[in-house]
Amino acid sequence: MTALTETERPAPTISRWRHFLVGKVAWMPVLAAVVILVIMLVAGQAYFGRFVTPRILSSLFVDNAYLIVLAAGMTFVILTGGIDLSVGAVMAFTGMLAAKLMSTGVPAPVVIPLMLIAGAAFGLIIGVMVHYFDVQPFIASLAGMFLARGLCFVVSLEAIQVKNPLVLGLQSVKINMGDWYVTPTVIIALLLVVGATWVLGYTRFGRTVYAVGGNEQSARLMGLHVARTKVLVYVVSGVCAGIAGLLFTAYTAAGYSLNGIGTELDTIAAVVIGGTLLTGGSGYLIGSLVGVLVYGVIKVSITFLGADASWTRITIGILLLAFVVVQRVIVARANRR
Amino acid sequence: MRKLLKHRILWPIGALLALVLLNAVSRPSFLSITVRDGELYGSLIDILRNSAPLMLVALGMTLVIATRGIDLSVGAQMAISGAVALTIISDSKTPGSLGTVAVAILAGVAITFIFGLWNGFLVSVVGIQPIIATLVLMLAGRGIALLITGGFITTITSAPYAQMSQGYLIGFPFAFFVSLGAILVISLVVRRTALGVLTESVGINPEASRLAGVRSRGIVWSVYGVSGLLAGVAGILYSSNIMAADANNAGINIELDAILAVVLGGTSLAGGKFTLAGTVVGVFIIQTLTSTITFLGVPPAVTPVFKALVVIVVCLAQSRRVREWLSRIRPTRTPTTTTTTPVVERIPA
Repeated sequence: MTALTETERPAPTISRWRHFLVGKVAWMPVLAAVVILVIMLVAGQAYFGRFVTPRILSSLFVDNAYLIVLAAGMTFVILTGGIDLSVGAVMAFTGMLAAKLMSTGVPAPVVIPLMLIAGAAFGLIIGVMVHYFDVQPFIASLAGMFLARGLCFVVSLEAIQVKNPLVLGLQSVKINMGDWYVTPTVIIALLLVVGATWVLGYTRFGRTVYAVGGNEQSARLMGLHVARTKVLVYVVSGVCAGIAGLLFTAYTAAGYSLNGIGTELDTIAAVVIGGTLLTGGSGYLIGSLVGVLVYGVIKVSITFLGADASWTRITIGILLLAFVVVQRVIVARANRR
Repeated sequence: MRKLLKHRILWPIGALLALVLLNAVSRPSFLSITVRDGELYGSLIDILRNSAPLMLVALGMTLVIATRGIDLSVGAQMAISGAVALTIISDSKTPGSLGTVAVAILAGVAITFIFGLWNGFLVSVVGIQPIIATLVLMLAGRGIALLITGGFITTITSAPYAQMSQGYLIGFPFAFFVSLGAILVISLVVRRTALGVLTESVGINPEASRLAGVRSRGIVWSVYGVSGLLAGVAGILYSSNIMAADANNAGINIELDAILAVVLGGTSLAGGKFTLAGTVVGVFIIQTLTSTITFLGVPPAVTPVFKALVVIVVCLAQSRRVREWLSRIRPTRTPTTTTTTPVVERIPA
């Protein structure tokens, strides 16, 4: 490499760029996602005119706050090489539970912790099944999804309106900064992203998550707490689903059993587009945030185009495919080295 | 070995019989079959008829799972084949003619076959994990179906098409013969040729079977094609039952039911050995369970809770840890079953 740079003297910047990339292969997919996001925003601005405005960018966060939270939890699970299909249903269930409890007069400060506990309980069940009983994550979380979705209907078949001012305030309070605005839901979601990034990057638990995803056998031989970590990631995802349930309830001002059908797929798509490898061990939480934003921009553009809503899913599917193929190439290259 | 085989299929059959018995006790009319104009009617006949789409999908899923794969896109493929077939019929000038219906059915099934091959291509050639490869089509498939129908629920009136799922043939529902045909053809092809064994070998160890000269790529590719094809037929049956192409609801969650049926039948999700007979029993269990739950007056929406409990129980029963516990309780005998250790293998491209 050094010999090469000396002969190719006119282009030292390229070699520096290459040097920058060495050892940062894992950042490549994240960068790709950022590039896609920027391209989409620029294209949208060029095509629609008034696309990149503070208002739309703000609404991107406001409308997808729950998805950001779900994606953060999902990132933990996917980093260990697992998958959690239950998040959409758990989100609906915690929302439903909260709406029901609040309609009977239970105060919000009691209800909100209960939502998180309910989410954690689902995560715990799935995690225990995955680790201690060797059930495939896909099937275990599928059972969790069935269970949560069915329990929604046990709580109530009808939608329950939420009138609690504290919960509704999470969405209705708008903090304006010029043309920009944020709601408490966005602040919660972003704080969670910051916290989760810190956990993944700088705590023992977070580093173990990467180690387990990279090679579970090696992690175990190194004496890391594989069992605890593998169960905990599902609990984290469950708690995130509980928080998402709170945000989504605030967003729709009601609990409804059919809320969030297919959200698990959107979440997985966002995480993958954000550059987290499905085989585990590589990825960044910030990427998942970018992935959610890509998803949001696609949704907004399709509304702007006035096209059929079904195009959202098709576009997401195509993007997902493109990113998975790119990942595949990256992994193949890494293995060859 | 013989005992093991007996043991495997015995459990699902026992569960099915228990369910039937439970129904028969709680509602005597369950077992009664009435003959009207030489056609059979009754709860059991309904189960035979209504289980047909799930049967087709689950048979394909069994083969896919045997190769260590999974096909999530079957529900979306059902929506696509129904949309294609009904659009062709509603656009034609002679919706009632046999020729139009035949063309429509062939077109619908052919398209899902191609989509199945596409899944197979992604899995076997590109090397994407099956869950994700088929997730792409699961996401996009319903969108595609909606585009085909133009966002509407296409409805048609066509006697030959209605015959597919509502008609009768020598006393039995026509749909039953479709699923019977599929069972026979697949078990003949798989068990009377080496294909079944080759599929199992690919599922047990893809790399080893490749080195042994098995064309694993071709086999993996084709099982997804077969799964797509069967999902297409299932989509035709479904749309013929309601005489409408409902892109949003056709075959919704059927992939989960199909996986459940396969697992209930005793095929391990880890791939390898598979049993078609077990899957058939599994499908009947699920259909009977659904019918039971409806009868008990539980809102159909709560059905997932029961299914979840079944999944959990079955998965736990399959797991090594529980088996070890059970064998400890029983008088200790040397475990004859080869413990399938879940070895995580990286398959190189």
